[in-house]
Amino acid sequence: MNMDWLFEPFRHGFMQGALFGCALIGFTNGALSSFIVIRRLALMADAMAHSLLPGVAVALILFGLMPATLFVGALLAALLVAFGTQIISNSSRIKEDTALGLLFACSFSLGLVLISLSSVRVNVSDYLFGNILGLGDADLWIIYLISLVALPVLVALERPLLLTMFEPAVASSQGVPVNSVKYLLIGLLVLAMISSLQAVGVILALGMLIAPAATIYLLSDSLATIFWAGGILGSAGSCAGLLISYWLNLPSGPCIVLVLGGVFLLAYLFAPRYGIVPKLLRPRHLHEASLARWKRQDFPRQY
Amino acid sequence: MSYHRLEIKDLTVSYKRVPAVHHVSLELKCGSCIGLLGPNGAGKTSFLKALVGLAPLETGSVRFHGQSGKVARSEIAYLPQRTMVDWDFPITVRGIVEMGRYQALGWWRKFREADHLAVARSLEAMELKDLEDRQISALSGGQQQRAFLARALAQEAHVFLLDEPFSGLDKPAQDLLGGSIRRLADAGNLLVVSHHDLRTVRELFDQVIFINGELVAFGETDKIFTASNIEKAFHTHIFSGALHEHGLAL
Repeated sequence: MNMDWLFEPFRHGFMQGALFGCALIGFTNGALSSFIVIRRLALMADAMAHSLLPGVAVALILFGLMPATLFVGALLAALLVAFGTQIISNSSRIKEDTALGLLFACSFSLGLVLISLSSVRVNVSDYLFGNILGLGDADLWIIYLISLVALPVLVALERPLLLTMFEPAVASSQGVPVNSVKYLLIGLLVLAMISSLQAVGVILALGMLIAPAATIYLLSDSLATIFWAGGILGSAGSCAGLLISYWLNLPSGPCIVLVLGGVFLLAYLFAPRYGIVPKLLRPRHLHEASLARWKRQDFPRQY
Repeated sequence: MSYHRLEIKDLTVSYKRVPAVHHVSLELKCGSCIGLLGPNGAGKTSFLKALVGLAPLETGSVRFHGQSGKVARSEIAYLPQRTMVDWDFPITVRGIVEMGRYQALGWWRKFREADHLAVARSLEAMELKDLEDRQISALSGGQQQRAFLARALAQEAHVFLLDEPFSGLDKPAQDLLGGSIRRLADAGNLLVVSHHDLRTVRELFDQVIFINGELVAFGETDKIFTASNIEKAFHTHIFSGALHEHGLAL
């Protein structure tokens, strides 16, 4: 049997670059997803992702299609929305989620208007859904640098992050700069999101930022495990999704997210402790001894 | 030997310039278990938080064993109300207790033999050895409180501030937790426990603090836990039949 098709993708230069990018983006996003799942930031991440658009648009108008300037534009837009949200929620009775929702919708709209005004012809669907096979060297460098910054920072700050996420009040009484840690986390989140922008687009980036840790969360009670296993799952799942998309000639971004979603479904069903199938199969009486005693009725019943 | 003391001088806690607790001055001795009593909104939580620097001090100071600020705070452990904790957090009982060592170890240093020992001893002291691998939502209310006490123990704190630890516990769980708290006090620690069930005050606390926006009364339970002080702190007459049965002098 001819197995050439299996190895064919690895022979193409563009696929090698895409696979390398996938592995890195998958790992960074997967590791960060542990914080998003535990801090329940999923919707915030979604809003942030959409709010990148005006920054991208302004950079496009001013500098054209250059990865570095697009990156800076996206970063500035996301930071503006993040800080704007904090300012509005701290200085009025508007809550954080409301402020964020409002700002992201406005910012996304502003982006669309700016893009329609610009003379550069851009395909907004590339921004929304990404194009991993179009990863150039500059994109890869940005992805590489973001991973190189985000991962060591997260590893180095494991303890303060754990304390802050678990009990902010107690953490700050122990001298952890809780607010700085939170801002740093949001900053890293934005960086990770930007790193996946070119590859899978803003909407699918969310899948990479949520699915890995959501899966491991059903399997483990340790933040460190969720962090590392989330990274590994994100990395492996992204590469698998990309290869499947190549073999079956399907769009790459959705394949990546579907692979990650499929693994999540397996964990949801079959995770030993928190999955629903083992829960259904578990005997009603966990303690055989207590059941036997109950049947013998040799202890005083109290009603 | 002189006792370690927690000295509170002219403490005022304000939120947005509205004071929650006014000008409280107290001197609390280690080795005692002190009940912090007052109606809802009396400022019990604000008072406890101010002692660890979690609420802004408008005036006054807190000194432990003659020291203030960061040094003092490392010896003070605050245990938040149970409703303030995310019980689905992926962490086990052992993980919680290990957090107690982080302050001493800083952000990077590895666990040494002594740290593991401190964790094991704390788990043992709070009778949690068999439960150390449980995720925290799989504990009962009393066990959850003891897990947080074990963390404070691992932190080597000498002052334990507990915010309504008994609320929602049934009688056996209350007794078990009461016993743990008593042993901590007997070992020379200071425990300040905010509490609202007046029926159990006499069995739990050596001393009581009554507050209601300001200090109403403080002293030995026998002398201070009187009908007139309760009346003063709670303003309204709140006695139920149960209190008469417990022999409270009226």
